[in-house]
Amino acid sequence: MKMNRLAKIGTSLSVALLLAACGNEPTDENDTGTNGDTSDGETSEGIAGSVQVDGSSTVFPILEAVAEEFSIANPEARATIGVSGSGGGFEKFIAGETDMSNASRPIKEEEAALVEEAGIEYTEFQIALDGLSVVVNPENDWVDYLTLEELEMIWGEASGVTTWAEVRDGWPDEEIKLFSPGTDSGTYDYFDEIILDGEQIKRDASLSEDDNVLVQGVQGSTNGLAYFGYAYYAENMDTVKIVPIENSEGEIITPSDETVQDGTYEPLSRPLFIYVKNESMKENETAYEFAKYTLEMAGEMATEVGYVALDDSLYEESLETLEGLK
Amino acid sequence: MKNKVVVPDEKQISRRITKNKLAQGIFFLATLFGMVVLATLIIRIFSQGIGYLNIDFLTNYASRRPEDAGIKAALLGTIWVMSITIPVSLILGVGTSIYLEEYAPKNKFTRFIELNLANLAGVPSVVFGLLGLTVFVRLLGMGRSILAGGLTMSLLILPVIVVASKEAIRSIPQEQYEAAYAMGATKWQIIRTVVLPAATPGILTGAILSLSRGVGETASLLMIGAMTFIAYTPTSILDSFTILPIQIFSWASRPQAEFQAVAAAGSIVLLIILILMNSLAIVIRNKYSKRY
Repeated sequence: MKMNRLAKIGTSLSVALLLAACGNEPTDENDTGTNGDTSDGETSEGIAGSVQVDGSSTVFPILEAVAEEFSIANPEARATIGVSGSGGGFEKFIAGETDMSNASRPIKEEEAALVEEAGIEYTEFQIALDGLSVVVNPENDWVDYLTLEELEMIWGEASGVTTWAEVRDGWPDEEIKLFSPGTDSGTYDYFDEIILDGEQIKRDASLSEDDNVLVQGVQGSTNGLAYFGYAYYAENMDTVKIVPIENSEGEIITPSDETVQDGTYEPLSRPLFIYVKNESMKENETAYEFAKYTLEMAGEMATEVGYVALDDSLYEESLETLEGLK
Repeated sequence: MKNKVVVPDEKQISRRITKNKLAQGIFFLATLFGMVVLATLIIRIFSQGIGYLNIDFLTNYASRRPEDAGIKAALLGTIWVMSITIPVSLILGVGTSIYLEEYAPKNKFTRFIELNLANLAGVPSVVFGLLGLTVFVRLLGMGRSILAGGLTMSLLILPVIVVASKEAIRSIPQEQYEAAYAMGATKWQIIRTVVLPAATPGILTGAILSLSRGVGETASLLMIGAMTFIAYTPTSILDSFTILPIQIFSWASRPQAEFQAVAAAGSIVLLIILILMNSLAIVIRNKYSKRY
């Protein structure tokens, strides 16, 4: 009897241990050639070191695509792309934890000061453009375009504007329903800075960190109005209507690959950046190769994941600058 | 004591029957609501994701192309994290519950600890994530590694394991202890030969159920930076990682509709893992439960 019970306990415990043991399996799958921390290890056949990248969730899809191709070309190399947001990425960059930081906005002055304080030299590269797109419901047949002042009236808490009629004469006297990216996103930061000068956004706007929720909001509401990255508009062209925006020259521009790339869709086009640590470029071959690969591939990858590529000459210039860092 | 029997008249009886039917209807609707929502969810996930579910999906890394995207890194990450969480949380959890039930003096301080344990079991997981970020990632310098993730998740499920184990130990009849004491057994002998064998099914059931909560856990590990793209298999517990729920979350927020389907396929895999773990808990409970 006693033995029997012990055997049973043994079995049940081993079930638990089996679960634990499963965890060790992956170790055996590893190529014997890979070495955990060869940060600047050089082998004759390709690169085998590791590179740490972190930063903006907006830029992430581009870097993910680059890292995917990079891993195929250099199977021994280990590229880790984190998503901590532009600010979170710089925090790690300042702490010296990353070789490269990506951002959907330029580095802030106070961040730049901290980087300098930490004794880290860096170089900024633009890798793509994103056109913030303002969209309405397809049943909305009155909005033909919006000016920056009108956007400011619609989105600013201070203006007190709540209906379409208050924005422009002849528009229906119906309440506008606003959908905006969440306050943690670089998209929100950029829009708030450009349109509202950093002032309070309408308090009754629905905020969401998930841009798909904004798309659904506008799809489901005739009086809906939202803004988000171009990629989300490009995927939902049939179900939301884009609003052309008047630029500083007084031209009315619809965001598209051409208008974002040639700079006429402004000021809602924003550049996307990578910041590389100069020291890593010199000392870590993998980091250098990865940065080089990023600049070479960024245009193609950006287009593929829904952003707008820069002019080719800009990438070539960047590559020359990068070459100088090695 | 008056013991008057009241015989209800017919009107009262019919009213009671109506009330009974009403109550039955309400409870049935409550059940139906849950079932319908669950069924909708499952049907939606399966119809959306089944097309992406194949061997490649399990053996590919994440990709920008939905048709090439796979969950290899996330699946391995989940297994690695679990390989830390399971031993740590079991050893600490069972140890704590044995101490509290068997050794700790029954005083105000012990009761205070027990009260806090019950409260901790209800603390939002983000809070544990913040703790993990501050203590493991920053203070102890583990970085955003599998080790830090596994320990954070251990903390998260520890209170539940302790509470479940305590219940299992407490349900052992007093006579068992008395019999063992009568034989002259020491406390440790009793724990080894009476308490653990009798409590094991309850402990394991509780442990597996809380581990399956851990497998589906997103927020706490998101806090410690597990949202990453990795195209290599981890080789040590200090490597970066990502886990299944976070990979699903990452896909679900993409603009491309195809990625929603990939996210659904990931959800199916996660669902299957959870169902397997919960079935294991049921099997253990049925097979090893002792009746006194």
